[in-house]
Amino acid sequence: MLKSQKKEYVISPEGGTDSFWGDLWRYRELFTFLTWRDILARYKQTTIGIAWCLVRPLVTMVAFTLVFSRLAGLSSGDIPYPILVFAALLPWQFFSAAISESSNSLINNSQLVTKVYLPRLIVPASSIVVGLVDFLVSFGLYVVLMLFYRSIPDWRILTLPLFLLMGIAASLGVGFWLSALVVKYRDFRHIVPFLVQVFLYVSPVGFRSEVVPGGWRLFYSMNPMVGVIDGFRWALLGGKTPLYLPGICLSLVLTLLVLWSGLRYFRRTEQIFADVI
Amino acid sequence: MTAIRVDGICKKYELGHLRRRPGASLREAITDSFRSAGRILTSRGRTQDGQPPSDEFWALSDVSFQVEESERVGIIGRNGSGKSTLLKILSRITRPTGGRAIIRGRAASLLEVGTGFHWELTGRENIFLNGAILGMSRAEIRKRFDEIVEFSGVGSFLDTPVKRYSSGMYVRLAFSVAVHLDSDILFVDEVLAVGDAEFQKKCLWKMGEMGREGRTILFVSHNMNAIEQLCGKCILLEKGRLVMQSTEVRQVIDEYLSGTDRKGTPSSWINSGGEYSNPWFTPRSLSITDSFGVPLPMPVCNDAEMYVQIEGEVHQFNPALKIGYAIYSEEGFPMYQSYHTDRPEAEWPRLTSGKWVLRGRIPAKILNEGAYRIELMGSLHNIQWLIGPKGRAPEVILRVERGLSNSPYWTNRRPGVIAPMIDWSAQPVNHL
Repeated sequence: MLKSQKKEYVISPEGGTDSFWGDLWRYRELFTFLTWRDILARYKQTTIGIAWCLVRPLVTMVAFTLVFSRLAGLSSGDIPYPILVFAALLPWQFFSAAISESSNSLINNSQLVTKVYLPRLIVPASSIVVGLVDFLVSFGLYVVLMLFYRSIPDWRILTLPLFLLMGIAASLGVGFWLSALVVKYRDFRHIVPFLVQVFLYVSPVGFRSEVVPGGWRLFYSMNPMVGVIDGFRWALLGGKTPLYLPGICLSLVLTLLVLWSGLRYFRRTEQIFADVI
Repeated sequence: MTAIRVDGICKKYELGHLRRRPGASLREAITDSFRSAGRILTSRGRTQDGQPPSDEFWALSDVSFQVEESERVGIIGRNGSGKSTLLKILSRITRPTGGRAIIRGRAASLLEVGTGFHWELTGRENIFLNGAILGMSRAEIRKRFDEIVEFSGVGSFLDTPVKRYSSGMYVRLAFSVAVHLDSDILFVDEVLAVGDAEFQKKCLWKMGEMGREGRTILFVSHNMNAIEQLCGKCILLEKGRLVMQSTEVRQVIDEYLSGTDRKGTPSSWINSGGEYSNPWFTPRSLSITDSFGVPLPMPVCNDAEMYVQIEGEVHQFNPALKIGYAIYSEEGFPMYQSYHTDRPEAEWPRLTSGKWVLRGRIPAKILNEGAYRIELMGSLHNIQWLIGPKGRAPEVILRVERGLSNSPYWTNRRPGVIAPMIDWSAQPVNHL
């Protein structure tokens, strides 16, 4: 059992000798376990389980359709308004759930942070991946709607995974920032729901981003979710909503920037998590 | 071969910023930065002797030792002496402020029983989850699954959610996962404090077994019996410093239990500043004194007049406030608990806001010869702990020697948890 060649590591104020990414790779199994635990626990707890993640987007879709199409009188071109809204709700709900869940993930798992060693990054990351299950369920619902409205996608749907990846990257970036900030400053917990709400208002969920005046389009795209949502619509609705390329590129660059800086901030504050949580 | 080499490890906590409340608030961070800017500008905020105000707390200072491969080392010391911090640093949970440590081999730590257990999941699912959290791979867990289940004795409840388990079953399952870890080095913190006596014995035996298999164990406990049985070497920490280490385990334990620190003053606890802050009651000191409040030199006679004295400040009157202490034997066995609210309500001292000295007499002629650990406890009755029962409370050591009796037939320690003096009567009868 005892290996002759034993690994040696050094503990010092500067941190261990193990590389950050190597550690992350070594703990990949725990990552899947944590994700699996949260998924299992989630669907065991709620009696209506999966039904819940069907009801939420449906109600939101109906509300948005009524408000933006009927009351505000916005046009959706030749796309049925519910479909237009739902195609945007898919990434939006994933994103909003991801940031609310991940921002509290370290606090909710404070046991893990203070009692065992693990690369803490996997805690917010796994809470985001849990949201993918809800995403898949909602996507199933979308397929049903799609058939109902006879809005069949073309080859562009093949690009969907790319936009999903972009959405995941944005969620991870924001999630790393918020989870670390919440540990350091508990007040941030109260800011997060507000932040999600603001994000919703400035994201083109209930309307097409073409309603934004031309001169402001590029500025509007500084919100990473604009690129993701536009991408989803383009991929799912067979290009009936045009893709605003400079906007997508700007969203992408900003997403990567948030991801990179979030990762950096997280790694910098990680070392004091156990002391302050 | 050296398995662990610790070289001058230090750990500093910033009390003002971190310890005061879990998670500083944003406003505090902002006002603090203004305040420190103000301090720099006005060069105030320094005490007379030029030292910066002490909102630092050294949990560990300059601790060095070595552990050889397959050695089992016990770490003892009063709460707050840095035992847990040391294990946390060695388990890489937190970083030291200074010094370094080298660890050879795969290390696993067991600082808490059942870390990451989820109430909604079944026993089986939790075994896999907890195993993964403690660093086992899926294949390893599968290999040892049957062993784990057998050791825990919860076999028939394997597919029941652990929320339906009794607390005993829960602890047994959690511990079973942990003792089946395949690591070269194991850090264990006070986990034996939970679980029933039978299972504790089984766990101790298992840890002994692990040691015989050549594993290195670093073991923190308040159970001196367990330390003595299990460890071949013992380290004593006092206020973050290593004050004694020896392979004569009993000697180290005796030093710890003498009730007197290395400088010869009777053991008492004094709040170092920001500890145990809460809106209701902050303890300032805990000591064992005579009726005038003067700390008693240890050891104390069993029939002496002795009091547990708690000084502290009540910030806000609260009728639910309950202050008292728990007393534990050398083996960690709880002897009794006592609170200032134990009598009928009309007789309670009314603790309005202000500074108070509470004194509770330790009954004479009850405690056996030996060493006892007295832990301060404070709570809002049935609402929340202010000074909790789990390893974080201030504590002092009470050492009792002699005074058991004036009888020529009872001069030494007798077997038994307590040694009460009982009145006997005798009447002549003739109908037997």
